[in-house]
Amino acid sequence: MSSTIALIIIGVAVLFIIGIKFLSSPKTARAGNLVAAAGMLIALIALHKPTGDYVWSQGWTCNYTLIAVGTVIGLIIGAIGAYSVKMTAMPQMVAMFNGLGGGAAALVASLEFLRHAHGVEDVTAATTIPMLFATLIGSLSFSGSIIAYLKLEGKFEKPMTFPGQNFLNGLILLVILGLCGWLTFNATGGNAVTAFIVMFSLALFFGIAMVMPIGGADMPVVISLLNSFTGLAVAADGFAINNLAMVVAGTLVGSSGTLLTLLMCKAMNRPVTNVLFGAFGSGGGTKAAAGGVAGNVKPIQADEAALLLAYAQRVVIVPGYGMAVAQAQHQVRELSDELGKRGVEVQFAIHPVAGRMPGHMNVLLAEANVPYDQLIEMEQINPSMDRVDVCLVIGANDVVNPAAREEKSSPIYGMPIIEADRCKSVIVMKRSMAAGFAGIENHLFYKDNTRMLFGDAKASLQTLITQLKAS
Amino acid sequence: MDTNVLFIFILAVFVGFEVISKVPSMLHTPLMSGTNAIHGIILFGGILVLADAATPLARVLGFIAVVFGSANVFGGFMVTDRMLQMFKKKKK
Repeated sequence: MSSTIALIIIGVAVLFIIGIKFLSSPKTARAGNLVAAAGMLIALIALHKPTGDYVWSQGWTCNYTLIAVGTVIGLIIGAIGAYSVKMTAMPQMVAMFNGLGGGAAALVASLEFLRHAHGVEDVTAATTIPMLFATLIGSLSFSGSIIAYLKLEGKFEKPMTFPGQNFLNGLILLVILGLCGWLTFNATGGNAVTAFIVMFSLALFFGIAMVMPIGGADMPVVISLLNSFTGLAVAADGFAINNLAMVVAGTLVGSSGTLLTLLMCKAMNRPVTNVLFGAFGSGGGTKAAAGGVAGNVKPIQADEAALLLAYAQRVVIVPGYGMAVAQAQHQVRELSDELGKRGVEVQFAIHPVAGRMPGHMNVLLAEANVPYDQLIEMEQINPSMDRVDVCLVIGANDVVNPAAREEKSSPIYGMPIIEADRCKSVIVMKRSMAAGFAGIENHLFYKDNTRMLFGDAKASLQTLITQLKAS
Repeated sequence: MDTNVLFIFILAVFVGFEVISKVPSMLHTPLMSGTNAIHGIILFGGILVLADAATPLARVLGFIAVVFGSANVFGGFMVTDRMLQMFKKKKK
């Protein structure tokens, strides 16, 4: 590698790091994404083969036509996906792109492995291990992401479990690792190719088996984990084909993705092992609900709710997944504007795991033009909840359940919540009295200061807005 | 060369951890989406193996890798930008 190329790669690495850094602050986030994209473009233009030859000056062969056509097809697929997806379906889209990246990583590693298996070059464990690693991690990220995508689309959303599942999965993993161990030292010849294909297929199957038992509500954590997996697979590919830019980019994604996964689990107060192997919501969740709750549910009509809101000084809105499902974010913004005109101070309390993905609520409310300084994170808003006149809970359930604080036997005990129950009065907008994802009764609904506004969130909000405008 | 790459790998692990340690939860989704786009650099891997592909099988698999990688990198950056363009300050 010439020193000019080395310098360019260093510059690209710096652009990636700055890009990720900028992505972690609201003011610079958009610029950060563009900085990373610029780094990618520069690296693409400067792409060199492992031998040191410049990729784009090798004479135009049939392979280059395939590269051009493939890139354009990918670009079109990506653009259609990126610009047609609804904001509520964003998590699925990220899962899908991540799966494609994982699949590409597995294919690149496989091609390298097969080339070496046919004895083109000398093989050592140092070159084989990264290829096997990238194949294994890339293919399970591919199949796992597709299952995550389907689960978020509402297909087989419930966890699928059977006795001995973790044992069986462990056994499959053991076989995969055994094959990889054998292949590390026997990487040439027909047997190696057969063993490799078996390993590849088992890894694809393992990705499915790993994600199937996990419930739809935990998919964000799974996607984040698979995202970091793909990063590591890409880094391993970089090792295998001697491309430094790939090593740096893949590793940055791998480590930041791992940290992000841990941060998400921390927000739910659950260890990552519990998410992956606990099959939450199928067993423990329903048992604890039997305790029963004292008190009555008190419904409220829209006109009364509108009055309550209109004469409040400070209103806090707690959005949840129900708002996303009802596509009610624009009505929420309109209501907030209407209240603002009357001099009511309106804030949004954002639970870190509300919705289907951390930050999901922020994205939806941003789409509806709610300024982000009106969105307050849970830790910041909780201390002042006593001084809130009306707390409007829209389609949120488990994240406002005081059982997390009060009831030791509850499966969500210890999860940080938005303390809506401390507000002077609470209006909960909800379709019916059905329990939330975790299958737990929500004590908030039975509190003396809570009133329930039943119905579709969008329709109810529309009525509230009309009432407010009329009065 | 190999130990050098390993050295860079270890440093990148720490940088990756350090650089996002203070991200607010409101940016978790865009951050995940943005890093997702960055691992789309696998497109390069696809290009490199396809450029040297010698058999029909290698061409087919390499071609699929390029399509996947390209969708990952372009789609990833575009979808992240679409998300982030909505994060605006309050206009008064």
